Amino acid sequence: MLELVTISTLNGVLYGMLLFLMASGLTLIFSMMGVLNFAHASFYMLGAFFGFQISQIVGFWPAFFIAPVLVGGIGALVERYGLRHVHRHGPVAELLFTFGLAFVIEEVVQMIWGKAPVDYRVPALLDFSAFTAFSTNYPAYKMFELLTAIAIFAVLLAVLTRTRVGLIIQASLTHSHMVAMLGHNVPRVFMLVFGVGTGLAAVAGVIAGPALVTQSNMAGLLGPILFVIVVVGGLGSLAGAFLASLLIGLVQTFAVSINLSVADVLGGIGVAPPAGGPLFDLWNVTVAQIAPIIPYLLLVLILIFRPTGLMGTREH
Amino acid sequence: MSDVASGVANVPAREALSQPGAAAVVRLAAPWLALAVAFAILPAIFTSGSALTMLSLMGIMIVFALSYNMLLGETGLLSFGHAVYYGLGGFLAVHAMNTIIHDRLPIPLPLIPLVGGFSGLLFGIIFGSVSTRRAGTAFAMISLGLGELVASSSLILRGFFGGEEGVSTNRTKLLHVFGLNFGPQIQVYYLIAGWCLLCMIAMYALTRTPFGRMCNAVRENPERAQFVGYNPRMVRFIAFSLAGLFAGIAGALAAVNFELVNSSEVGAGQSGLVLLAAYIGGIGSFIGPVIGAVLVTWLEVMLSDVTDVWQLYFGLLFIGMVMFAPNGIAGLIMMHAPLWQARAYRPMLRLALVYLVALAPALVLLAGLILFTEMTYHLSVKATEGTTISVFHIAVDAASAKSWAAAAILIAGGFWLFRMTWPVVGAAWHEAFAQARGAGSVK
Repeated sequence: MLELVTISTLNGVLYGMLLFLMASGLTLIFSMMGVLNFAHASFYMLGAFFGFQISQIVGFWPAFFIAPVLVGGIGALVERYGLRHVHRHGPVAELLFTFGLAFVIEEVVQMIWGKAPVDYRVPALLDFSAFTAFSTNYPAYKMFELLTAIAIFAVLLAVLTRTRVGLIIQASLTHSHMVAMLGHNVPRVFMLVFGVGTGLAAVAGVIAGPALVTQSNMAGLLGPILFVIVVVGGLGSLAGAFLASLLIGLVQTFAVSINLSVADVLGGIGVAPPAGGPLFDLWNVTVAQIAPIIPYLLLVLILIFRPTGLMGTREH
Repeated sequence: MSDVASGVANVPAREALSQPGAAAVVRLAAPWLALAVAFAILPAIFTSGSALTMLSLMGIMIVFALSYNMLLGETGLLSFGHAVYYGLGGFLAVHAMNTIIHDRLPIPLPLIPLVGGFSGLLFGIIFGSVSTRRAGTAFAMISLGLGELVASSSLILRGFFGGEEGVSTNRTKLLHVFGLNFGPQIQVYYLIAGWCLLCMIAMYALTRTPFGRMCNAVRENPERAQFVGYNPRMVRFIAFSLAGLFAGIAGALAAVNFELVNSSEVGAGQSGLVLLAAYIGGIGSFIGPVIGAVLVTWLEVMLSDVTDVWQLYFGLLFIGMVMFAPNGIAGLIMMHAPLWQARAYRPMLRLALVYLVALAPALVLLAGLILFTEMTYHLSVKATEGTTISVFHIAVDAASAKSWAAAAILIAGGFWLFRMTWPVVGAAWHEAFAQARGAGSVK
């Protein structure tokens, strides 16, 4: 039991930090430009595929640095030549533009790398077990992922709160006109934030790719969970996104390790669940099986009891 | 923005309402009678089996896209999970049909869409009570989350959703009325056409009611809607539930048409498709989603026959529409309405000629892009099947530098020439409007 709790906590925090790598960029972009980037998970997928392709040529470590820069560059170009023009048509058009972009990126990835998973492997340098907790070998690569995510989190926090660039970004979040009047190029700040945000998503993709499956459906699998995080955390709240990322990371990791169903519980207290009927599955589904829908159930609960999200303050 | 288009289109209808008498009734009913006649004679024009199947699909998609537009176009609610109500309507319709067959209940097939409609309404009320608390981006994300919730549940609750293979039924086993057994596709087509017409009239009528107007008000400015005494949340909730009702009818029609419903019907793909259809057609007017549904269904069937990467073209078309024509195809057509009303036929003809001139380089550019895409796709995914591919029935060697040079020339040359036509088109446009204004009928 203790073993399960320890390992699941580690995995949950790791998953949560990876989610936050993406949710942070998404939140920054949203609070600055009012655009919820529907294609954010697609940039994460691009990061994984670029990481795979580049590591085939020059090895994992150069790819670890090159891929996010490339993806961030693509993100900046998308902002400069796409999103900026759609802006005048209003927020719905912007959201639809990124929706179309997600659609196109998925198709392009399928066109180039096919629908089957690619063979993106953990680098040999990290292919050993870091430590043995109880009887489980914990892979060193996962520790590397966790440390990378925490390091980026620390750097991001330091840049946003302690540097001049961070101050300008923070100021543009709320008073973009005033920042522009002080002589700063606000559209360029937007482009920078969009590029860095998508680059962060790509970092998550590069390091998560070898541990998970690098496949053309990975954006579609992760995207909706990302949006659950920003709504549960409260749209535009970075602290809320952090909380929600960890919460969903932990909840989902723990859920997959619990093999219990309603029928088991009822059986335990001596009640037989009804057999048959169109919904008889409801009684026999285990918690592990419903793990994928738990984030969405959480979303519904949050909306009923706290419609603005955990840390959200105002209606958008 | 969007009301300009619908306003122009609706002027005759509003005049008709204000003047009583038989003439007004005729003017109000005439477009619908014409549509009914068109629906009736279409199978006589397109006689092949595949055309009939496509017409049936179009009818279903028209209802679905119009129900979607009740949200996006009329009320300003961007939903990424509208297929939930379509799919659940379909599932409940299939289960209802199987129950009717099993218990030999005296209910004929044409009433089955009612089951779908009621289930769509029911789930619209349940999910709408949660999701319409918020508008804007939050609503969009919630609809996405609810869509994923139902889509994921559909793979878990195998008893109700039938797992991977879905739930099937047999439409011919229900009670036969007037000797119709609904075995042949033509009978199913007329069933779909009838329900489609009914739903179109109902949804159009809804936009003419005070409630429809309040939906527009909530879309434009919820705060002011609140000031005149309406609760925007309630308006959104009712609009959402009614959209669920019509989506459920569309889902039931699809269930009758395919005799099979599987879990992909509630999924993100279906939700995305209806969004694409409504938006490409144009969300600013009633006719827009109809155009979009017809076009998207046609493209889906035709393109998927010719190319494997048809969804890419689809996505690019959508992005192009979002960037350059946010009011969709209907919006592009409506831009010319003032010319038509001014009876400025000669300038219109000249404008059409200029459009044709601009179209030629655009097609060259398009051909180059298609060649480039198809060769990339072939080399990266299907390299084992040889390097020769057929583009527009022309054999092209995807491995030779010549083909790539040809694609590059087509793209660069096409774009350069196309770019040159832009000022010409702009000048022709302004001239046409200036002439029409000179005639004194365009303000």
